Amino acid sequence: MFRLTESPRLSDFERKVLPHLDAAYNLARFLMRNDQDAEDVVQEAALRAFRFFASFRGENSRAWFLSIVRNTSFTVLKRNRPDEANVVFDEELHGAQTPPLEAGVALDRAQDRQTIRAAIEQLPPEFRETITLRELEDLSYKEIADIAGAPIGTIMSRLARARRQLQVTLSKRYSK
Amino acid sequence: MNHDEIRELLHPYSDGELDLLTAREVEHHLRSCDDCRALEAQIGVLRSALTNDAPAYRAPAQLRRNVRAALRREAKADERGFSPWLIFATGAVCAIAVAGLILLQTIRTSRGNAIVDEVVSNHVRSLLVTHLVDVASSDQHTVKPWFDGKVDFAPEVRDLSAAGFPLVGGRLDYLGGKTVAALVYYRNKHPINVFIMPAIKSRDTAVSASTLRGYHILAWTHDEMYYWAVSDLNQTELRQLIDLLEQ
Repeated sequence: MFRLTESPRLSDFERKVLPHLDAAYNLARFLMRNDQDAEDVVQEAALRAFRFFASFRGENSRAWFLSIVRNTSFTVLKRNRPDEANVVFDEELHGAQTPPLEAGVALDRAQDRQTIRAAIEQLPPEFRETITLRELEDLSYKEIADIAGAPIGTIMSRLARARRQLQVTLSKRYSK
Repeated sequence: MNHDEIRELLHPYSDGELDLLTAREVEHHLRSCDDCRALEAQIGVLRSALTNDAPAYRAPAQLRRNVRAALRREAKADERGFSPWLIFATGAVCAIAVAGLILLQTIRTSRGNAIVDEVVSNHVRSLLVTHLVDVASSDQHTVKPWFDGKVDFAPEVRDLSAAGFPLVGGRLDYLGGKTVAALVYYRNKHPINVFIMPAIKSRDTAVSASTLRGYHILAWTHDEMYYWAVSDLNQTELRQLIDLLEQ
């Protein structure tokens, strides 16, 4: 009744944070691996971000928002699908010897984005997260480290292992 | 750098994460090493497949609308919190309070109840919306510094695994309109939220217990901090946690 203008906090938030909704959904979608859970996570994360927006002082609103999305996703994973959240990278199974992925043969056929998505989704959560943030969102090691709450060295090794594993999955699929 | 060391750097090299000098050293090695060159090419092939096939998901329009609507509702609820009516009401309450100690006591009690209600709601929400912790760690030296810069006080963080109350992590939450630190402990399968906020110039108080909607709430003041512990755990065991925290 006394309201004259839209809440300034809301418009500030919409300007700084909402442009990153695609990135947020992309991360949540790869972590949760289904539409509905990803949407729930993003909605919840957006509300949490809004609540704490007043205390956000940083420059990088994308990394800040993505870290909230990531934490919300992992909390849901741990709660609802603990077996999945605790998957460890099986070096035995995934093999240290990587079959070569032949440029021009193997991946030119990988036109179908579903194939790539499925390959990423086979990785354990922390590795999906690293690949998504690096390859699809083009974030730096430092930004990924901040979001994932892990040292840069860890991010570097996750990335190397995740890429090796993607090569294995994709070359297997296309050599059939 | 030798071959093995360079090999380790091929991923950061491909990502443009190396400083100029190191990058040149890698380039130099690549010219003479077929093995590394092949690996570097592999990384390139994979990366271009990932980028070219654009596997990124885009937020559905419906989600965008839902998020905006939810934010509007939240913003409106906030504004109501500061409406002139509330300010007027608070003023009126204060005036009446001056008039009578008994009434003041009543208001205090109801405000205490309102906080207890909020404590329980926060606890339930932390379980329902599945956002128990922002920083998941049983290491007090990880959880305590996490709060630095997020709240304007330094909460006491202790892992009590040895006593059967493992620390699960920490979280920011809201209580009485203020940002508070929430520590999460577990006792068997029961999650326990401990909310902490500064109580400037308040004396230590004994623990006061209440029960609301099946949850036990213990509140106390210690070293100029207000504490609330809430859980579905039985009161006796919850008190044990508090004894441990106060030590």
